[in-house]
Amino acid sequence: MVGFGLLFLFGKHGPLGRLLEHFWGVSVVFNWWGAVVASTVVAFPLLYQTVRASFQSVDRNLENAARTLGAGEWRVFWTISLPLAWPGLVAGTVMAFARALGEFGATLMIAGNIPGRTQTVPLAIYAATESGENRTALVLVGIMTLLSFAFILGINLWSRRRLKRWTMEGEPPQS
Amino acid sequence: MESLLNVNIEKQLPSFRLRVNLRVLNEFLVVVGPSGAGKTTILQCLAGLQRPEGGEIVLKGRVLYSCTGRVNLPPRLRRVGYVFQDYALFPHLTVEQNAAYGMKNRRNGLEVQEMLEMLQISHLARRYPGQISGGERQRTALARALLAGPELLLLDEPLSALDYETRLKLRGELKTLQRRWAIPFILVTHDLEEAAALGDRVVRLERGEVVWISPTRKRPDCAIRHGCGTHDFPCPER
Repeated sequence: MVGFGLLFLFGKHGPLGRLLEHFWGVSVVFNWWGAVVASTVVAFPLLYQTVRASFQSVDRNLENAARTLGAGEWRVFWTISLPLAWPGLVAGTVMAFARALGEFGATLMIAGNIPGRTQTVPLAIYAATESGENRTALVLVGIMTLLSFAFILGINLWSRRRLKRWTMEGEPPQS
Repeated sequence: MESLLNVNIEKQLPSFRLRVNLRVLNEFLVVVGPSGAGKTTILQCLAGLQRPEGGEIVLKGRVLYSCTGRVNLPPRLRRVGYVFQDYALFPHLTVEQNAAYGMKNRRNGLEVQEMLEMLQISHLARRYPGQISGGERQRTALARALLAGPELLLLDEPLSALDYETRLKLRGELKTLQRRWAIPFILVTHDLEEAAALGDRVVRLERGEVVWISPTRKRPDCAIRHGCGTHDFPCPER
């Protein structure tokens, strides 16, 4: 469904496709930009939902406290809302990354499956399995798994270092 | 004594209309009343976190809100300090960073240090709010509000979450701070004993209306003694 919609929008005769072609002379259909667009579009709702929820969960009193201390809206956002929504931002990024990494259908429709040009790893795994090259498929699956684990581990370690000190995991309160 | 704050506001709340007309001197004013009487709403209107529907608020000659003059200064320009009921300390900043958040000149580390020492929390400067006790959080919130240089300090049930001994100790400290800073302190509580112990004057609020104001205290506890005879107000000495 997403793939069809994207193809309709970005296709040679689609409204966005014609606009891009006319002004910048580029087309996202059947080249790697198509894969980027497809992954972004399917992953964005996950990111948006999580990020919105995490901003909404920031205590309004904290933002109000900052205002009574003389902070303008920009300062409130950068020094209070954003750092406190941070864990949600990280969670949203991880989820969106996972969704984008495994993206298959929409990518196939808009970018095609051209080896060396628009073939993403999930598409390559599919093609390899189809043609009986199980060894290749297995190697690709291994690489993908390792990559995702490394990414998620890295982002978790990085954000935990930032969070550890001000959550309750810190030193016990002094009596 | 000259009045520093004139409040004359109205606001419709879900089940009654809030109508308050107060002149506040350089004093410790306590607003007492049952839950839901509109106490916190008054503080939020003063701080600019809620908007009244009529009247005006003038602090040291500066109009903070005026319905007829169409003035409604945002909280950041009001110079009104606010100590929230749950302290609202920033959990990701240290005690020191919290305290310095509202300072105009943020490089003035000496001033922060002095304030933390005065409130006996300088040894906690590098800790986070999640790592200190309730009383220490309260002191941090006070330090933060005072370092922003307010002309009026609002305290929303600041002692209600603390144990009895800490509460007694902090009462004395709050009184001392008000004398030292010489700005009006308005404290809201539902605890009559606390009101009697802290207030130079006590205002009783019920369903959005001021039903009783104690006379200005000439000497400690004098006003309370007057009040308790005539208005069903518990006398701490009785």
